Amino acid sequence: MITTRGLARTFKTRAGLVEAVRGVDFEVAAGEIVGFLGPNGAGKTTTQRMLATLLAPTAGEATVAGADLRREPRRVRERIGYVAQGGMTNPTALVAEELVMQARLFGIPRPDAEARARRLLAELDLAGLDARPVKTLSGGQRRRLDIALGLVHGPPLVFLDEPSTGLDPHSRANLWGHIRGLRDRDGATVFLTTHYLDEADALCDRILVIDHGRVVAEGSPEALKRRVSGDVVTLALDGDPAAAAALLAAQPNVRAVQPVDGGVRVTVERGDAEAIALMRVLDGAGVRVASLSVARPSLDDVFLTMTGRSLRDDAPAAAPGGAP
Amino acid sequence: MTRPIREALVVFGYQLRLILREPVWVVIGLIQPLIYLALFGPLLEPIAKATPGFPPGDAWQVFVPGLLIQLGIFGSMFVGFGLLGEMRAGVVERMRVSPASRFALLFGRVMRDTLVLLVQAVVLTLVALAFGLELVPGGALITLGIVALLGVALSSLSYTAALRLKSEDALAPLLNMVSVPVLLLSGILLPMTLAPHWLYSLSRANPFSHVVEGARAAFRGDFGATSLAAGLVAAAFLAAVSLWLATRTFARESA
Ligand SMILES: Nc1ncnc2c1ncn2[C@@H]1O[C@H](COP(=O)(O)OP(=O)(O)OP(=O)(O)O)[C@@H](O)[C@H]1O
Ligand SMILES: [Mg+2]
Repeated sequence: MITTRGLARTFKTRAGLVEAVRGVDFEVAAGEIVGFLGPNGAGKTTTQRMLATLLAPTAGEATVAGADLRREPRRVRERIGYVAQGGMTNPTALVAEELVMQARLFGIPRPDAEARARRLLAELDLAGLDARPVKTLSGGQRRRLDIALGLVHGPPLVFLDEPSTGLDPHSRANLWGHIRGLRDRDGATVFLTTHYLDEADALCDRILVIDHGRVVAEGSPEALKRRVSGDVVTLALDGDPAAAAALLAAQPNVRAVQPVDGGVRVTVERGDAEAIALMRVLDGAGVRVASLSVARPSLDDVFLTMTGRSLRDDAPAAAPGGAP
Repeated sequence: MTRPIREALVVFGYQLRLILREPVWVVIGLIQPLIYLALFGPLLEPIAKATPGFPPGDAWQVFVPGLLIQLGIFGSMFVGFGLLGEMRAGVVERMRVSPASRFALLFGRVMRDTLVLLVQAVVLTLVALAFGLELVPGGALITLGIVALLGVALSSLSYTAALRLKSEDALAPLLNMVSVPVLLLSGILLPMTLAPHWLYSLSRANPFSHVVEGARAAFRGDFGATSLAAGLVAAAFLAAVSLWLATRTFARESA
C-alpha cells in the first residue's frame, strides 16, 4: 500500500535548515495497521503529510495506494483519507454539513453522502449532533468528527495523525474498535501515529519507531519487545538511587540501569532468576529494598534502548539540525 | 457538467451557507459605500454643474458607477482574512487532500464572494435611485458585469496574498499599502479628467481607472464609447490573470 525510498523533507526557517525527515524507507502492506511511534518532533507528521500529498518531499520517492506520489498526486488523493493532528473543522459549520461537503469533494452524490454521514456519526458516538455548529462540540466530540471527515468517503488507505488525542477511555476503546473494523470489515490499510504505547501495542500489527527523522526500528510489537531481549526489574529503594545504580551497573548480567523516582530500573536477561541476585547485592551494600517487581519489556523500553530517550519524557525535540 | 465545475459548486454551496449563517458581514460591507452615497454624493451635484472638464452625464451618473467599482475593489479585497482563519482551523488542508481540482477549491470561494458582491451592488444602485440617479437599465447591467469581473479579480488576488503571506499581520499592511494609491489613481471619487496632466498620465497606468471610465460610459448609456470597451477588456484581463495566479498558488504545496 505504501513504499517509500529515501523520502526526506527539509524546512527552511530563519534560524536555518530543519531536517525534519532524513530519508525513510519502509513498506506498509495492504490490510495492515501500522503505527508510527516517536517522540515530539521526530518527523511523524511531516512524513504523513508528504504521503498525503500535502507537502512536497525534498528528496526521495514513494508509491502510495498504487500511485506515484510525485507524478500522480490526484490518484493518490482519490484513495486516501487523512486526519490531521490539529483538527480540520470549521467552527461555524454544522456537523452533518461538514461530512456531506467532504464526501462530495470526493465525487460522492449528495444522497449517498448524507447516508454515509449519518452512519459514521452513529458509529463514532456522535448521533444526534448532526445539526449542531461545530464550535458547540466538546473537544473529544470534535476529534471524533475530524476522524469521521477522514473516513467518510471510505478510502482504502487511511492516515491518522494521533487520532486518540483528547479522547476519554471509552471513546478511545470505541475508536480502536472502529479502526480494527476498518481493517477487518473493509479491508482498509491504516497508518497511524501515536504517543500512546498501549495504543500501539494493542492496535498495531506492526510498528515503525522514528526518531530525529529516521526509522530506527520496525517490527511487530512482540518482535520489537523481543529485540530488547531482557526483562525489567524495578527496585524501590530507601537509599540513594544513584549509588545503587552504580553498584548494579557493575554486575555481570546487568545490561542497563536507569535511576527512576525512588529507585532503579534494571534490564537483565532473565528477570525471575536475576532479581534475587540483585537484591542480595544491594543487601550486601546496606541498601534496603522496599519492593521489587519484574516486568516483560514494554514498547517504552524498546524506545529507550533504540534512542536512549524515554517516549514518556516528551521533551521538546532538540533542534535536529546539528545532531547526528 | 464537467468535474471541476461540479466540485466548485460544492465549495460554493458550502461557503455560501457559512456566510448566510452570519449575514451581518454582507450588511457591514454595504455601510461604507452607503455613507459615501449619502454624505459625499450631494457635494458633487453643484461641482459637476460648475466645473469644466467634468465628464458628461449628471453627477449621480458619474458618481454611482465609481462607488460600484469601489465596492467591487474593497468588498472583495479582505476575503483573504477568512481564508487564513480556515487555514488555521485545518479546513483548507482537508479540502486539499481531496482529489477535487485546485481550481475548483479556489473558484468555489470566488463565486461565493462575487455573488455577495453583486447583491451589495444591486442594493447600492437601488438606494442611489432614491437620491435621484437616472438609471439606464442596460448600462447598469453592464456595470454589474464589470463589478463581477472585479470581484473575481480582487478576491483571487486577496486569496493569493493570504496563501503566500500566511499571516494576518502581513496581509493587513499590504492591503492598506496597495488600496490607497489604487483608489486615488482610479478616479473613483473625482474624475481624473480634472487632474493635472502628470497625474492624469499616471492614472492611465492603473487598470482600474479604465474600468471606472468604462462603467461611467455604460451608466450614461454611451454603449459605443471606446472607454466602455477598454473598461471591459481591463476588467476581464484583471479577472483572468488573477484567477490564473490564485489557482497556481492554490496548487503549490506550501499553500
Ligand atoms: N513548517 C515547518 N517549518 C519548519 N520546521 C518544521 C515545520 N514543520 C515541522 N517542522 C519541524 O520538523 C520536525 C518534525 O516535525 P513533525 O511535526 O513531523 O514532528 P512529529 O513527529 O509529528 O511531532 P509531534 O509528536 O510533536 O506531533 C520538528 O523539529 C519541527 O519543528
Ligand atoms: Mg505530529
